[in-house]
Amino acid sequence: MADAPKRTPLYDLHVELGGKMVDFAGWEMPVQYPLGIMGEHKQCREKAALFDVSHMGQVILKGENVGEKLEALCPQAFSTLKEGKARYGFFTNETGGIMDDLIVSNAGDHFFVVVNASMRHQDIPHMAAHLEGVEVIEIFDRALVAVQGPKAEDVVGALCPAARGLKFMETMLGDINGVECRISRLGYTGEDGYEISIPEDKAVEVARAFLANEDCEPAGLGARDSLRLEAGLCLYGNDIDNDTSPIEASLIWAIQKRRREEGGFPGADRILREIAEGPSRKLVGLKPEGRAPARHGVEVQSADGQNIGVVTSGGFGPTAGGPVAMGYVSAASAEPGTKVNLMIRGKAQPAEIVRLPFVQQNYKR
Amino acid sequence: MSTYFSEDHEWIKVEGDTATLGITAHAAEQLGEIVYVEQKETGESFEKSDEIGVVESVKAASEIYAPVDGEIVEVNGSLADSPATLSEHPEGDGWLYKIKLANAEQLNDLMDLDAYKAFIA
Repeated sequence: MADAPKRTPLYDLHVELGGKMVDFAGWEMPVQYPLGIMGEHKQCREKAALFDVSHMGQVILKGENVGEKLEALCPQAFSTLKEGKARYGFFTNETGGIMDDLIVSNAGDHFFVVVNASMRHQDIPHMAAHLEGVEVIEIFDRALVAVQGPKAEDVVGALCPAARGLKFMETMLGDINGVECRISRLGYTGEDGYEISIPEDKAVEVARAFLANEDCEPAGLGARDSLRLEAGLCLYGNDIDNDTSPIEASLIWAIQKRRREEGGFPGADRILREIAEGPSRKLVGLKPEGRAPARHGVEVQSADGQNIGVVTSGGFGPTAGGPVAMGYVSAASAEPGTKVNLMIRGKAQPAEIVRLPFVQQNYKR
Repeated sequence: MSTYFSEDHEWIKVEGDTATLGITAHAAEQLGEIVYVEQKETGESFEKSDEIGVVESVKAASEIYAPVDGEIVEVNGSLADSPATLSEHPEGDGWLYKIKLANAEQLNDLMDLDAYKAFIA
């Protein structure tokens, strides 16, 4: 029997705000609020939106040379990650697939790691088993909220002026209404913004303080998904998984030069070979010409009717103003501009391979 | 003239042997903002429980199942360009089809407004 879904420290606030609660990866989370997915999406692109991402796994790694040890599990250069910096990465398996993606921050006396809600149960034992001499501490008493959008700096900066000084992928400890929080300038919407780790007993108070700003509205998982899709960001379990390599997933940018040259991470054989020779399939953007959304699992065919791939994420892009999708196609068909067909309910719907993202990313570099 | 409701959240407004068919306000609210409507064509016949269209919201695709046997005599073509009409006026301008009833007795299996209100309560 499955366990009852868990609740984040912000559960009561979601209900109070009219959130429609659904089970997501074993957590009761708001999929939307009364504003609606479309409105929440636009709120985030135009002003600021507050997301509860407390279901994600927050982990503290303590010990000597944590960054170097993480390099045995991930193809990122974490040994050279400077204090106060954060970096996107992933755990790879022995066959070069992706076990999960994560954000690693160097917090000075420890490393702070955030992993996907659905993969906590795998990632924590994985790190505990392989990071010798490192204390792996899963944090259960802190909420995590994301404040995202062009007004995020004003929303967060009004309560913590020092946060204005952070650049994209930088992290700090900051005081918000007398509460010490970990504030990191990053997110997963394609917009500027912050993720803020807050002690659970102060989470509602801090969230309310953000929401008191007229430019900030709560947004749910529905908008989070359409925002990340338009921004061309992969969702673990949909677009990347144990079978897809980071090179196939167009994540080569996340493997730093030294690691490409030296290898020394799980699955390096395949990953380095694909870097040299090119992968057999590639994650691409797919822009349907009509209005029918192409969702996860839709077959991609070439113009002459051959199966060339599959949609891994797709739906309606409120900012793009129409359907958007991403998926894997054979490398020979991956060139932007290639005409393909998406087989939606048995009917061929014309689409074009396009470069990701669908909307410009607006990070504060 | 009377209006019937199905357990699949469709309404059907009968005028003689023809009827107008759509999804209920309750269904539209549950679906959220509708971004795409796939419809059958005029002249197509269907039986009760056949899929006669798909409504896609930002969240998901939902099939529409025929509440009765019939034939499509008119399609609300305006939904192709403005699917939002279905969200905003599901029981008015957001109608899906006008149909010719093949078996009016099937209407007896559907609910009236009070029964439907109790059904969704």
